[in-house]
Amino acid sequence: MRILRLLTGAWSWLFLLFILIFFEVWSHVTYGRTFFGNIFNAQSILLAATQILMMALGLTFIIISAGIDLSIGFIAGLSAVTMAVVIRALDPHLAPGWSFLAGISAAVLISLIPGFINGWMIAKLKVPSFIGTLGMFGIARGAAFLIADGATVSIRNPVAREFGNGRVIFDLVPIPVLIAIIVTLTFHYLLSSTKFGLYVYAMGGNYASAVRAGVNTTRLTIIIFMISAFTASLMGLFYTGRFSAGAGDAGEPILLNAVAAVFIGGASLTGGSGTIIGTVIGSLIIAVIQFGLVFINVPPFWQFVAVGLVIIIAVLIDQSRDRLTGMSGQEEGA
Amino acid sequence: MKPLITVDNVHKHFGGTYAARGVSLELYGGEVLALAGDNGAGKSTVIKMISGVYQPDSGTISYQGENITGKNPYEVRDLGIETIYQDLALADNLDVGINIFLGREPMKRRLGFIPVLDRKTMRQEAIRALKDLGIVVNDLSIPVRYLSGGQRQAIAISRAVYWKAKVLIMDEPTAALGVPEQREVKELIGRLKAQGVGIIFISHNLNDIFEVSDRILVLERGRKAGERLISETDEDEVVKLMMGR
Ligand SMILES: Nc1ncnc2c1ncn2[C@@H]1O[C@H](COP(=O)(O)OP(=O)(O)OP(=O)(O)O)[C@@H](O)[C@H]1O
Ligand SMILES: [Mg+2]
Repeated sequence: MRILRLLTGAWSWLFLLFILIFFEVWSHVTYGRTFFGNIFNAQSILLAATQILMMALGLTFIIISAGIDLSIGFIAGLSAVTMAVVIRALDPHLAPGWSFLAGISAAVLISLIPGFINGWMIAKLKVPSFIGTLGMFGIARGAAFLIADGATVSIRNPVAREFGNGRVIFDLVPIPVLIAIIVTLTFHYLLSSTKFGLYVYAMGGNYASAVRAGVNTTRLTIIIFMISAFTASLMGLFYTGRFSAGAGDAGEPILLNAVAAVFIGGASLTGGSGTIIGTVIGSLIIAVIQFGLVFINVPPFWQFVAVGLVIIIAVLIDQSRDRLTGMSGQEEGA
Repeated sequence: MKPLITVDNVHKHFGGTYAARGVSLELYGGEVLALAGDNGAGKSTVIKMISGVYQPDSGTISYQGENITGKNPYEVRDLGIETIYQDLALADNLDVGINIFLGREPMKRRLGFIPVLDRKTMRQEAIRALKDLGIVVNDLSIPVRYLSGGQRQAIAISRAVYWKAKVLIMDEPTAALGVPEQREVKELIGRLKAQGVGIIFISHNLNDIFEVSDRILVLERGRKAGERLISETDEDEVVKLMMGR
């Protein structure tokens, strides 16, 4: 029983290992070279995983609390265009470093507004999160396209370019990846080791239990939706930095992958379970599949099929965990 | 001896429903007071006024002689008056230790400066608290949803005991339980009573009431229909009181 429990709990790690080995072997057999050992491949995978992870990180808190946030795709877009528009407006007047700073600060602050409204609607007006954030999805999308005037906003700011494309630590680690690691560790700490994180689990497991314990569930809900908006806004910043252009739909294609990453990482639809580490693994799995399939020359649309299959496998494993072992894995981590 | 809880002539109405009409009661340490009455008689309303969930329209509630009318549920709980509602309100996805400590978690420092939850202390204290109550749970690391109804009830009770409740209010604690688990809960009530805790026990089961209680107070459509020592009454009389005769 213990072994089964461990295996079903660790399946996502094993699965990640399995697909890495699969692509590695394939690469050796067909091209006679390494897949993951290639620095460029590794960096590309990590960058793709970072995009997914930034949106999935805040979403993990929401899903554990038994909610969902559909608005993050366009909050990321809102952040991307805000950064671009501000930098574009300030660049003629300020040094690039200052306009960059102003751009990212404005982008993060603007993004927190829909996050706050999401939390407030859901906690105070008791709007179901699926509906409330679907509404915000439309509003943030409209705002993003309005700010960008319906187009892509390009910039020529060297600091922003370095922020999105630069590498540190012996020229090995892309800057977005480094930032993502720091942010991820911070949120892992918050979720796994503080009262705040514990109350998110309690609220998702049984709302009444959290209320009874004296948790201010209104404040908690608003905070987690602001966290969700915050991490999504980081995704938008990385986008604008990387491409030297902000687009309203920067984050939209990532939304479903982010949701998938959280569930692959062991969260359950009914709330109360999930971990940051699980979400990291989920993001890596999706990124490896996407990049790996392109690498072995599978037409790109198969990515969608493959990711879809992994989501279904994840849900099946989540359910069989209960049946096989009488236990659900990836519970709130010890 | 002075009463722990004194409810003096409380009234409460919801729209046109008069849920409590001049109810008074006293609860002493080391006794079990049963609240009985038909569905809708006002039992839950009365205990919710004690625990601060509802505010009475008129009348007062005191704890050890101090007027506590108008306090909110957290303030009442901090005084040592714990209420176990029928739905228990456990966090089903979390373990026993955390459920006992939820809202009052101990912290420790990692690397000397990073504050983190002290899960080990919570687990160890949970083992002790459960052992004190004579309850055995094999695996304390599993979420409480996998525990039996009786064990879950025991956790809710041990939370109250761990925080040194002087008054324990239980709204139909045995209603959802199997026979062996009902037995466990009744034994627990006996042990707490021996430790001097005052207990208010709501039940529809007269057998249970006669088994664990010292006194019984019968409500009928918001009014106090009568109050008896268990040793001086029988089921027939109680049923008659409940029906307003
Ligand atoms: N919040 C409320 N709003 C409106 N009416 C209420 C409310 N709470 C209780 N009542 C009404 O007050 C009356 C007393 O209810 P109460 O829950 O106190 O009864 P009870 O004795 O606990 O019944 P039961 O044995 O069914 O639990 C009922 O008529 C009930 O419908
Ligand atoms: Mg009731």
